[in-house]
Amino acid sequence: MKKIIAVIALIVISAFLFGGVVEMRNQDGGGFGNPVETEMDEYFLENSQDHNQVNNVVTAVLFDYRGLDTLGEATVLFSAVSGVLTVLRKTISSKEGEE
Amino acid sequence: MNVKMSVVVRTVADIMVVPIVVFGIYLILHGHLTPGGGFQGGAVVASSTALLIVAHGAMKDNKTDLSNMESTGLTLFFLLAMVGLIMGFSLFYNSLAGTGGIFGGTVSGINPGYINTGGTIPLMNIVVGMEVIAALSLILWMMAKRSGSLEVEK
Amino acid sequence: MNWFNFFPLIMVVTLVIMGLYVVLFKKNLIKMIMGIAIIQNGANLFLVSLAYREGYVAPIWTSAPATDMVLPTPHALTLTSIVIGVATTALMLSFVIMLKKHYGSINSDDARRCRE
Repeated sequence: MKKIIAVIALIVISAFLFGGVVEMRNQDGGGFGNPVETEMDEYFLENSQDHNQVNNVVTAVLFDYRGLDTLGEATVLFSAVSGVLTVLRKTISSKEGEE
Repeated sequence: MNVKMSVVVRTVADIMVVPIVVFGIYLILHGHLTPGGGFQGGAVVASSTALLIVAHGAMKDNKTDLSNMESTGLTLFFLLAMVGLIMGFSLFYNSLAGTGGIFGGTVSGINPGYINTGGTIPLMNIVVGMEVIAALSLILWMMAKRSGSLEVEK
Repeated sequence: MNWFNFFPLIMVVTLVIMGLYVVLFKKNLIKMIMGIAIIQNGANLFLVSLAYREGYVAPIWTSAPATDMVLPTPHALTLTSIVIGVATTALMLSFVIMLKKHYGSINSDDARRCRE
């Protein structure tokens, strides 16, 4: 029973994903290789050298325009390391079992 | 438990660590000029830790140092973000760009790339690289130790 | 505009479906983590292919061959996504290490003691 539900879920999700690709193909002027909504990126490309004096526009977006995003990312990395250290810490039971 | 690999592997690992670390530091320092940056360069430097762990199977107990390095990186990153706020602009404002001094040069258009440009962005690359090096090395170290493939020297 | 132009998007869909298949039908926890990593890679490929503009160059001004550049924001989002993927994969793998220590198995059916 569980397997049947899983198969149905997989088929439905696959149908939606392929339908999305077909929909992007049928758009006029949109889709792969020809994005439509580019005002924000054109602004970044034109102004990042004036604002930040930096050549790599991706770095300018990462550390200046979307800096809070990067701060959250660094915090996620920190939290993941804290989680790994907590999960893999030396507990009393494992100490007795190993040594 | 002896988890050391053969002398050939250990020697080649010892030699290869130097160019790997140099290339990672190059990626971090040139993050504002070429493809790369703190995250990528940090991952490259941390791969040298993986190489050493696999080859030697033993490492000094430097968990505290790595933890301190990671916390320092994250704190300095937030303080660099606060520089813009302190100088009277918004958070993450690049207030050091174009003011002269170190990392204060100006660029415009297509240019060969000058290392002393970018304001706070190269500094942020350096501190984020510090954090990523410490974080990934700590993850690798801890997982290798707890899965039994690492001898810890006191 | 033909189907070959949409090859990256079709690859994205294929990767996501492969990952979903692995997550839904495999019992080995390591294989399930591999499936999640495949889904993450599909999402990264989707972001990068959204940024692509035909015939344009990477958004870096250092010795750029032209001034027509692809969109920079999806590339920055992809960097964020990669680092978060590494962090979550490390956390999941450490969970698997602890499950192996406690239950002696990495089959997801065996690790259900808290349900009984």
